Amino acid sequence: MTKSKGKPKGKAEQGKAGEAPPPDAAHILIQELTATPPEPPGPKRSWWRRAWRVAQVPVLAVFSGLLLGGVLIALTSPEVHAAFQVSVLQGIGTAFAVVFRAYAALFAGAFGDPLKMAAALQSGDPLAIRRAFNPILESMVAATPYIFAGLSVALAFRGGLFNIGAEGQIFIGAITATYVGYALVGLPLIIHLPLALAAGALGGALWGYIPGWLKARTGAHEVINTIMMNYIAFRLSDWLLTGPMMRPDSFNPVSPTIQESAMLPRFFADPIRFHLGFFVALGVAYLVYWFLFRTTWGFNLRTAGANPNAARYAGINTGRWIIITMTLAGALAGLAGTNEVLGVNHNLAMAFSSGYGFDSIALALLGRSHPLGVVLASLLFGTLRSGARRMQVVAGIPIDIISVIQAMILAFMAAPAIIRTIYRLRQPAEAEEEVLVRGWGG
Amino acid sequence: MSTAAAAAPRSIAVPQTRRIVMGLLFAVLGLVLWFGFGADVGAGETTTFGLTPGGVANPLPDWVLPSRPALNILALVCIFLGMVELVRGFGRMTNVALTLVSGLFVFGFLVWAAAGTSTNLGGLLNSSLDKAVPITLAALSGILCERAGVINIAIEGMMLTGALMGAMIGSVAQNSMAGLAGALAAGAALGLFHGWLSIKYKTNQIVSGTVINIFAAGITSYISHLFLQANPGLNNPPIFPTFPIPLLSKIPVIGPIAFLNNPFVYAMFILLIVIHTALFFTRWGLRHRSVGEHPKAADTLGINVFRTRYVAVVLSGMMAGFAGAYYTLGSVGRFDEVMTAGRGFIGLAAMIFGNWTPFGAFGASLLFGFADALQSKVAILGIPIPSQFLQMLPYIATMVVLAGVVGRSQPPAADGVAYEKE
Repeated sequence: MTKSKGKPKGKAEQGKAGEAPPPDAAHILIQELTATPPEPPGPKRSWWRRAWRVAQVPVLAVFSGLLLGGVLIALTSPEVHAAFQVSVLQGIGTAFAVVFRAYAALFAGAFGDPLKMAAALQSGDPLAIRRAFNPILESMVAATPYIFAGLSVALAFRGGLFNIGAEGQIFIGAITATYVGYALVGLPLIIHLPLALAAGALGGALWGYIPGWLKARTGAHEVINTIMMNYIAFRLSDWLLTGPMMRPDSFNPVSPTIQESAMLPRFFADPIRFHLGFFVALGVAYLVYWFLFRTTWGFNLRTAGANPNAARYAGINTGRWIIITMTLAGALAGLAGTNEVLGVNHNLAMAFSSGYGFDSIALALLGRSHPLGVVLASLLFGTLRSGARRMQVVAGIPIDIISVIQAMILAFMAAPAIIRTIYRLRQPAEAEEEVLVRGWGG
Repeated sequence: MSTAAAAAPRSIAVPQTRRIVMGLLFAVLGLVLWFGFGADVGAGETTTFGLTPGGVANPLPDWVLPSRPALNILALVCIFLGMVELVRGFGRMTNVALTLVSGLFVFGFLVWAAAGTSTNLGGLLNSSLDKAVPITLAALSGILCERAGVINIAIEGMMLTGALMGAMIGSVAQNSMAGLAGALAAGAALGLFHGWLSIKYKTNQIVSGTVINIFAAGITSYISHLFLQANPGLNNPPIFPTFPIPLLSKIPVIGPIAFLNNPFVYAMFILLIVIHTALFFTRWGLRHRSVGEHPKAADTLGINVFRTRYVAVVLSGMMAGFAGAYYTLGSVGRFDEVMTAGRGFIGLAAMIFGNWTPFGAFGASLLFGFADALQSKVAILGIPIPSQFLQMLPYIATMVVLAGVVGRSQPPAADGVAYEKE
C-alpha cells in the first residue's frame, strides 16, 4: 500500500461507513501507523500471512454466516422459547445447547464421527471403516456438482458476464448425457463414458452459446436471457420426460437407466456413492485454472471481461470472447448435470437439480472467481449440504437453514465492507476484485 | 454502461429488411392458418365459444362459428396485412400490425383447437387475467425500482416472503387485512435490505438481489417446515372474497371477465393507473425517473439520489410483497413452499417486454397469463401439440423482444449503476 494511494481511500471508506472522524492528532498517528511503505524493510511477509490476507474475508464471512445461522436456530427453537419462560439464564443456556447440538450433528454428518472412525480403524473391519468414512465421502459426492457449476459462474465472471442460467445448462447437459448414456448400447466404457461426458458438456455449451451469441450480436443482457433459457430448459425436460425420453415401462416421468458402460465408476461397494466424478471435477478445475491464467486465450478472455474498451484497443474481438465465455461456462454447468446423472442418479428425473444454479453464484463469489477458491467453496457447501441432512434427522432443523446460511455468506462476500467494519480489518492494498455485471442495456 | 453498449456490435435492423421479414412473417402465419389449421378442420364443423366464465348467472348465448370459413377469413386478413407490409410498410404502426396478426393467429389456433367441440373463451380470458395479476404486480415492482436506477431481481424472493408473512399473520389475526399489512412490511424490509446492500455498500445489484432470492427461498421453507407443517392453524388465512363492481360487472362479455373478481384484480388496475400517472405526470415521478436516467444531473439539481433510491426499493419491495400476498390471501389461501414458481422472474421479463412502462408491462403480463391459461385448456382439448411448447412461447418471445427484433426496449440509462457521490 503506497502512502499516496492508501490515504484517500481510507478516508473515503471512513466517510462512507459514517463513523465520526477521530481527533486530528490521533488520526494522523493512525495513518502513520497503518500506511506502510511499499516494500517493508526486513524479512518478506510469510506465505501464510499473504494467504490470510486473501482468505480473511471469505473465512470471516463463513464464520459470520454460521454464527447468524446459529442465532436463527436459537430464535426459532420451541425448546429455547420454553426455557426462556423459566428463566433468562436457562433460556440462554438452552439456546447454546440447541445450537451446539445442531452444529455437532452438522459436522458429524459432514465429516463422520471421529470416535467411530478410530474404532473402525482399530477393528480393521473393512465394512466398518467404509461406514465410518462414508459421511466425508458423501460430502465429496455432494461437492462435485458444485465444483462444476461454481466453475461455470466463475469463468463467466472472469469474462465479465453473469451466468445466472447454470440451472438450465445443468438440465440440458443432464438430458444430452442421459440420452447418450442409455441410447448407445454395446460400447466399451473407455469410449462410452467420455462420449457421454462430452455430450453433457456440449448440451450445456449450446445453452450457454445462445445467450452469449445474443449478447454479442444484439447486446441483449445475458441475465434475463439466461433466466428465460432456464425456463425453456425446464419445459423441454418436462416434455422429454413425459414423452420421448420416458422410461417405457413406467408411469413416472423418469428416463431409462443409463448403460453400465456410461456410468462414472464408483470406488467402493454399493452404499457408498463416491465416484470418479470428483476427480474429474478437480481435473477440470485445474484445466480452467491453466486456461484462465496460463494461456493467451485465457488472458484475452479476462481482458475482455475486465475492461472491454482496453481489450478492443488491444485488438481483442470482445464480441467473440463473450460468445466463447458463455459457451465454456455452459459446458462447465452442463458437466455438473452430467456428473449427477452418470455418477449418482443413473437416470434423469424431473426437477433433479435442486437449486445448483443459484448456489453456484454464491460459490463463485465465495471463491473469488478463482478455480482453487471455487473448489474450496464447493467442498464447504458440499459438506454443509450433506451434513445438514443429518442435522435434519438428529436435531430436527430443516435442511433449508443451509440456504439461509449461504445467503448470508454471499451477502458478506458481496459487501466485504460489512465484514471489515465488524471485525475492524484494514482496507485491502489493491482494489477489490469486482464482479463485472452491467445493467440490462448491454 | 456506455462501455458495455459499445462492447457489443449492435446490428440495428435495417428498416427495409425488417419490413420484408415482417411482411413475410404475416403472410406465413396466414398460410399456416389456411393450410395448417383450415385444411385440417372437417368441412361442416363448427367451433363453439362460451362467452361467460363458468358459474356466472344469466350467461350469454354461445358464439357458434363455422370453423373452416372462419379460419379462411382470418388467413386472408393475415395475408392481406402481410402484403400491405411488403408493399408499402406500416412504418411506425408495424408493431401494432404485428400484435393484430399475432392476435388473429392465436384466435385462429383456438378456432382450430376447439373445432367440433366447444371451449369457454370467457373462462379462458378470465383465467388469463387471474394469472396475469401476480406477474403484473411483480412487473410494477420492477418498474418502481428500475426507474430509479436499481435493478431488482429479488422480486421473486420478496414475493415468497410476502406470501409467507401474509399467510402467517393473516392466520394468527384471522384477518386478511392484517395479513396484507404483514406481507407489505416483509416486502418493505427486504427492499430496505436490498437498498442497504446495493446503495450503501454499493454491492452489485444483481448479486444483492441473488442474495435475497437465496435467503428468501431458504427462510420461507425453513419456517414452513418448522412451524406451518406442525400447526395448520398458522397456515389458514381468510382470503379476500370475490365481489362484483356494481355497474361495470353488468357489461356484457367484459363485465364478468374483468369486474367480477378478486379485490387483487381491482387493486392491480388501480395501481397501474396510479403508478403510470405518478411516474409520468407528477413532479415526484420526474425526480424518480431522473435518478434512474442521470443521477449526477439529478444530484446537481438538489435531488437526494440516495433517498430517492431508498424510497424506490422500499416501494418496490412492498409491491412485491403485495404480489406475494395475492397467492396466500387472494387465490390459494395457504402457503406452499416455493409457491411463486418463478413468477417474479417472469414479471421482470414482462417489465422488459413492456419497455419499463406500467401498461406495456401489463400487456406483456396478459400475454404470459394467456399462455399459462391456454396450456391448461389445450390439455383438455387434446391438441397434438405438447403443452410444454406453448408454455415456452412467452419466454422465447421475451428473448426475441430483448434481441431487438420487435424494436428495442430501452432501460433507464443508469439502471444497475451504483451512484457515487463526489
